[in-house]
Order: sequence, then structure tokens, then C-alpha cells
Amino acid sequence: MSLFNPLDANYSYYEVMSMEALGLARFQFASTTTYHFFFVPLTLGLSILVALLETAYVRTGDERYRKLARFYGHLFMINFALGVVTGLVQEFQFGMNWSGYARFMGDIFGVPLAIEALLAFFLESTFLGLWFFTWERVPKGLHALFIWLVAIGSNLSALWILIANSFMQHPVGYRLEQGRALLASFPAIFLNPHVWLQFPHTLFAALATAGFFVAAVAAWHLLRDHRTELFLPALRLGLASALAGSLLVIVIGHFQADFIVRHQPMKFAAMEAIWDDLPEPAPWTLAAAIDEKAMRNTFEIRLPGVLSLLAHAPAREDGKRVFPGIKSLDRRYQKTYGPGRYVPPVKLTYWSFRIMVFSGLLMLLLSAWGVVLWARRRLAAARGFLVALLWAVLLPYLANTTGWWTAEFGRQPWMVQGLLTIEQGLTPTSVVPASLVWLSAVGFTLLYLVLGVIDVWLLVRFAKADPDAEAEAAPAY
Amino acid sequence: MLLNTVWFALVAVLFVGFFFLEGFDYGVGMLLPFLAKEDDQRRAVINAIGPVWDGNEVWMITAGGAIFAAFPQWYATLFSGFYLALFLMLVALILRGVGFEFRSKVESPGWRSFWDWMIFLGSFLPALLWGVAVANLVRGVPIGPDMNYRGSFLTLLNPFGLLGGLAAVTVFLFHGANFLGLKLEEPLADRARAAARLWAPIAGILAILFVLGAAGYGLFGRQGGVAARFFALLAALGLLGGWYARVRGRDGAAFWATGLGVVFAVAMVFSGLYPNVMPSSLDPTYSLTVVNAAASPYTLRVMTWVAAIFTPLVLLYQGWTYWVFRDRVRVGSGGGY
Ligand code: HDD
Ligand code: HEM
Ligand code: HEM
Repeated sequence: MSLFNPLDANYSYYEVMSMEALGLARFQFASTTTYHFFFVPLTLGLSILVALLETAYVRTGDERYRKLARFYGHLFMINFALGVVTGLVQEFQFGMNWSGYARFMGDIFGVPLAIEALLAFFLESTFLGLWFFTWERVPKGLHALFIWLVAIGSNLSALWILIANSFMQHPVGYRLEQGRALLASFPAIFLNPHVWLQFPHTLFAALATAGFFVAAVAAWHLLRDHRTELFLPALRLGLASALAGSLLVIVIGHFQADFIVRHQPMKFAAMEAIWDDLPEPAPWTLAAAIDEKAMRNTFEIRLPGVLSLLAHAPAREDGKRVFPGIKSLDRRYQKTYGPGRYVPPVKLTYWSFRIMVFSGLLMLLLSAWGVVLWARRRLAAARGFLVALLWAVLLPYLANTTGWWTAEFGRQPWMVQGLLTIEQGLTPTSVVPASLVWLSAVGFTLLYLVLGVIDVWLLVRFAKADPDAEAEAAPAY
Repeated sequence: MLLNTVWFALVAVLFVGFFFLEGFDYGVGMLLPFLAKEDDQRRAVINAIGPVWDGNEVWMITAGGAIFAAFPQWYATLFSGFYLALFLMLVALILRGVGFEFRSKVESPGWRSFWDWMIFLGSFLPALLWGVAVANLVRGVPIGPDMNYRGSFLTLLNPFGLLGGLAAVTVFLFHGANFLGLKLEEPLADRARAAARLWAPIAGILAILFVLGAAGYGLFGRQGGVAARFFALLAALGLLGGWYARVRGRDGAAFWATGLGVVFAVAMVFSGLYPNVMPSSLDPTYSLTVVNAAASPYTLRVMTWVAAIFTPLVLLYQGWTYWVFRDRVRVGSGGGY
């Protein structure tokens, strides 16, 4: 079988591929995956919060918690539906558009993907069906167990898909044979240190997302003095989750940045728009005007020394600690991997990272402020704060999206860091010509847009409903 | 080599589960607009699969994941080669999935009927396309020496492919109608039984034609040919038994018999393909087989452990779900049942 050697610069096999199909396939992957991840964090976090609410009901017998669990459970279902159908596309895309990747990586990548389905998706989907259809039909404790199993299932699915993604960011436990990456150690890909930063970061991001979501819905009702006895506790739960999530996500974010400096230095340099080597103690730029062609920043707002707080520059042979710049890394990669350009889209990566970090800081401030108000028993009266919460729910969505853009655009041009470039991963155009990718890219985009509008409209509609009326008015199907 | 065969069998098992379970789901979805006209009744029809359809769909996702893990070359060739078919299937499945969730959320009859038709379409198209895809696997597809597909979407739409698609649609209609006969109350159940009696002979004839065609393409001539013949016989008995039980008014027996018919039909296809996973119509030596398409022995070993531990668990709790929801669904019982 004539495959390619990914470390060899002369991939004659791939020269026939048109750039157009590549660009379209990238657009399709980026847009469908970003879209999938609009719904995923809320599923991950809200399943846990609903499970907590129902557990509170089981332990105290307080009807308010049951009503809240049902109310937020309904919103969970509306969100979940889109997570599921967009996930389907993800599963098949690797083979449809990226068959080169599937051939090269299948031995490794297929493993977590199959385990995700077997361990997580079955658990999640089966028990969600049980949970949603058995209110008042099975013992209370058992019913609460169902939603806990859903929460465990969803978060397990995140773990396994992130194991797959972590391999692409930081390959471990493999060996190369006949132009393919083969699995050498299953424990190694599971214990990949990248996983154990990425997974908690994502998990806490999800808790923050769900926290702000629960809080925003509660704030809407409180602003109308509607069902205060229900929505004040909901607001508190939301704020607690938002604060814990935001705080922990930031702490882990620091360790991630530190990890990236060592293992994906080019991504780090792009995140920070560092063109030339930068010695410690290094400044952090609050903003920069980036000229990607000239490979320099025309303007920077610097905070002296702050970058060295975020990450520790690796030591060079001469003992100096220096953050390597894009230019020198590019030269080094050309020596290692052959001619080419190894620079990711810098502006996009830089600003994605900035937006995530700014959103995160704002989320921390807001949720901390809320907890202070709570401690002073002033929550329900703090109108201005409640209005702010209505809009704050957009922040975690912004941070989630830009966080992934940081991680994924910063990895370019690699599909698997150091092993496979995206050109190599594409399905040959003789099999899937650009016209077909056009069709699917446009098709999915249009379909997703329409469904997204409907979904948000339904979410808002049901978020505004009265928890009592809603249980009656909204039959399962 | 042994593990390659084990994984081929496991993929077959996943497809057996998928076609058995989604078979009646798709059937129910296709029958929905025709069996029930009033909103309450439609809701009862949907609620019959409401708690389980997503769990059933995961059988397909897991089958895809298992192919990726155990036979990455098969995954790459199949999914890139059948691109347009898969795209259409995905769109259909998306509309179906959101249809279930969206339909009841707005009172307007127009809205509900729109999503009911999307559920119909989202059940009909995947059933048809899976049938087409399986028939083409049986027939062989143009695969070159580099393992890449050399045809187009139209290549798949040959007469035998279409026959396979129609056979799948009608068998699923029969299977789904039997399921509803078991799960609904009068008068809906009676309408479902009538639908089953209507579709039984059509499904039977198309299934027989499919088996004859498959024989023509050499399905019974490879290593697994003997097993495939045996399974073909059992599949025929299943469908026939389903028809007989239907006519005799035995709901349970009819459902299980058509279910076994589906199970053995899938078993027939897979055992007949063996040791190929995707035969090439250009040159038999280009075919993807359980050996040249497979993952490394180490990966297969890891996956075997995972499957051995977790598959029984999944079967256990999914089986339990069906037991929890064993009662017939009553019309107008509101909410989730
Ligand atoms: C609510 C969401 C959220 C918030 C507030 C933050 N992040 Fe984040 N971040 C994510 C949500 C996220 C994410 C969507 O979950 C990502 C994408 C990939 C990943 O591992 O998590 C991510 C990725 C990500 C990466 C790239 C990881 C990689 O390339 O593998 C870094 C370095 C950080 N984050 C660091 C931070 C820092 C320093 C933050 C401080 C404010 C921060 N994040 C806030
Ligand atoms: C859900 C969160 C994710 C988001 C928002 C996301 C975002 C993106 C984006 C924006 C790209 C396009 C990069 C480019 O073409 O320049 C991309 C590419 C890609 N990502 Fe992710 N990604 C996510 C998760 C994952 C996961 C979990 C995996 C693997 C399991 C993955 C695998 C890939 C692959 C295979 C590509 C295509 C090749 C490439 O461009 O490198 N992604 N993703
Ligand atoms: C790009 C790679 C990805 C693939 C192949 C993928 C695949 C899938 C599939 C097939 C489903 C539907 C499951 C069902 O029918 O029940 C799904 C849903 C889900 N996925 Fe993804 N996914 C990807 C990215 C992610 C990421 C990055 C996460 C989490 C960090 C994630 C977490 C989830 C969760 C929790 C669900 C449950 C449904 C929901 O989110 O609303 N997925 N995914």
C-alpha cells in the first residue's frame, strides 16, 4: 500500500489536491465543530446542576427543588437535542473529509472515539430517556440516580473526545510504521498530561457556562418579581457554580499556558504574537496591532513582567530563560520538518486567546460580586446586577468558542502536532471533489443556522415560562 | 488474525443491534403521518419510541466508532466514498432528531405537522440509504489499488442498490408496524396491525429478490458462504413467521419474528462478505479485507478488552429500559407517557 511518509517533505501524492477542497473542508470542520460546542458545555454543566437540584429534593423533600429540576431539565432537553444531532456530523466527518487523517491516525484516534460511544453515549442517551419519561413513575431516589448517570455519561464523553484531541495536540504513546501512527501504549494516551489539563479546564468551563445560564434565567424572573421563592435559590446555585467554575478554569488555564510553552511553543508564540525571542521577565500585551505579512507588531500595550506570571519560559543552553519567537521557531521547524511555512494564523490565535481571557476575568468579577451580594442578602434587590447577569450569559459562550479557536488555529498547519499536516489529512479530491464539499459545507451551514434560531427561540420561550404551567404545557413530544 | 475476525463479528453485532432497534424506530417514523391523524394519537405513536430512540441511534454511532478503531482503512474508504449518501443521511437524521424535540413545543397544527413530516423524511431516507449502502457492499464497489473509492454517488444508485434500499424500507415498515401493534392501544394498534399485514408480502418479495441478487454477486461463494446461506434461511423464516404471527393476531410473536428476520439478514450479509469488508468491483485483489483494513494487533487487543467489559453492561441497562417501558402507550396520557 503506497501511503506517505509524513516526515518527508515531498508528498507527491498530495500535490494533486486542490487547495479549494482543503479550504472548504477546513471551513466545514471549523464551523460544524464550533457549532457543536455551543451546545456541549451547557449539557456538561447543566446535567450536573439539575442532578444537584433533584438530589436536594430527594434529601429535603422540598417541592421547590423538584420544580426547579423539572424546569431546568426541560431547558436541558432543548439544548441537548442540538448537541446530539450536531455530534452525529462530527462522528462521520473524520472519514468523509479527512480520510487521509483517518488512515494515518485511525489506529490511535478510533480507540477513544469508539470508547466514547460505548461508555458514554449509551449511558447518557439511555438514562436521559429514562429520566425524562419516568417522573413520578419510579421511586424518587432512583429517578435522581438517572440524571446523575446522564451527568456522568456526558462528562465521560467529554473526557474521551478530549483524549482524542489531546493526542493531536501532544502525541504520546505511538510509533510510526509504514507511514501510519500506531498505538504503542493505551495507558500513555489516557495519561497524556495534556488530557489532565484540557479535561478539567473544559469541565470547569462547562460548570461556569451552566452557572451563568441558570443565573440568567433566574435573574429574568427575579427582575419581574416572579416566583421569587423558586428563583432566588436557583440564582444562588447558578452563582456558586459560576464562581467556582470561573475561578478554577482560570487557575488551570495558567497551567495550560505553561504546558504549551514547552510542548507547542509555536502556538504559544502565536497566542502572544511574539515574533522575536523574548527574554524573561517578559511583558504581557493587553492588545497589539499585528502585521502578519511583515511578521511584526506595529503597536503594543504592554504590562511589564506579566507574561512571566502566566507561563515560565523554557531555559536555553546558555542558561537564559527566553520565550522563543515565531521567526526562530519557523526556522527551526523548517530544519526539522523540511521546507514549508509553520506559522499559524497569528491574529486569529492572538485575539481568540485575549477574548477568552478577558471574558474569564469578567466572569470571575461578576460571579464574585454576586456572591458578595448574596452574603449580604441583597441579591433580589440588586436590579442593576440582575440586568448585568442577563447579558453575562454570553461571556462563557464567547470564551468557550475562542478557547477552542486558540487551541485549534494555534495548532496549524499541523493536524497532528509534528506528525501530519492538514493537507495530508484531506480526502483526495479524486474521491471527494470540491463540488461535493461545497454542497455539504453550504448545506450544513444553512441547516445549522435555521435550527440554531429555532433552538434559541425555544430556549428563551421556555426559560420565560412559569415552572408550574410549563410542566403541563410542554408535553414530552 | 483471530482478533481481526472477532472484530469483524463485533462490528456485525453492532450493526445487528442497530438495524434491529433503529429498524423499528425508522418504521415507526415512516408510519407516523399515516397511522395517526390527530395530535394526541401522533404523540402516542412518538412516545412509543420516545424514551429509546436516541439510545438506539447510538448503536449506529458505536458501529461507526468501532469501524474507525478496528478497521481504520474501511472507515476511511467507506465514509469518503459514500460521501453524498452520508451527507443526505446526516441531514435527514438531524431533521428527525430535532423533530422529536421541537414538535410538541409549539401548539400550532402547522408547526406540528411540519415536524411530523420531517420525522417521516428523517426515517425514510436513512432506511433507504442504508439499504442502498449495504446492497452496494454486497455487490462490490469500484475501489482502486490505493484503497480509494473510484465511483460517484450515481454508481451507488444501480438497480441492485435501489432494490436493497426498497427492501430495507419495507422490512422496516413491517417491523415498525409490528412494534406499534405491540406498544399501542386500540384503535391505533389495530391500524398498525393492518399496516403490518399490508407491508408483509411486499417486504417478503423484495427480500427474496435481494437474496437472489446477492447470490448472483457471489455473497454465498466466499469463506463465510455456508453460514450466509444458513442465515438467509433463518431470515426468510423470521419474515415468514412474522407474517404468520401477524395474521394470527399474535403481537409479541410477530414483533420478535420480524426482529429475528432483520437480525439474520444482517448476519447473512456480514458472514457472506467475510473475509472482505468492502469488496472491490474492479479487481478482487483491491478489496479491503479484515486483514489489510485492520488496525494493529495491539489496538485490537485493547478494544477487545473494552468491548468485552462494556458491551454486556450496555445490553443489560438498555434491556432494562425496555422492561421499564413495557406497558402499552395510552393516547392522551399527556407528558412523557
Ligand atoms: C468558560 C470558558 C473559559 C474561560 C473563562 C477560559 N477558558 Fe481557556 N479554554 C476554554 C474555555 C475557557 C475551552 C473552550 O474549554 C478550551 C478549548 C480547548 C481546551 O482545552 O479548553 C480553552 C483553551 C485554553 C487554552 C489552550 C489549550 C490548548 O491549546 O490545548 C489555554 C492556554 C487556556 N484556555 C487558558 C485560559 C486562561 C489563562 C484563562 C483565564 C482567564 C481561560 N483559559 C479562561
Ligand atoms: C468542540 C470543540 C472544538 C472546536 C470549537 C474546534 C475548532 C476547530 C477549528 C476552528 C478548526 C479549524 C482549524 C483550521 O482549519 O485552521 C478545527 C480543526 C480540526 N479539529 Fe477541532 N475543535 C474542537 C474539538 C475538536 C476535537 C475534540 C477534535 C478531535 C477529537 C478535533 C479535531 C479537529 C480536526 C481533525 C480538525 C481538522 C483539521 C485541522 O484543521 O487541523 N477538534 N477545530
Ligand atoms: C470533534 C470531535 C467530536 C465528535 C466526533 C463528537 C461526537 C458526538 C456525537 C456523535 C454526539 C451524539 C451522541 C448521541 O447521539 O447521544 C455528541 C454529543 C455530545 N458531545 Fe460531541 N463530539 C465531538 C466534540 C465534542 C467535544 C469537544 C466535547 C466535550 C468537550 C463533546 C461532548 C459531547 C457531549 C457532552 C454530547 C452530548 C450531547 C450534547 O452535547 O448536547 N463533543 N458528540
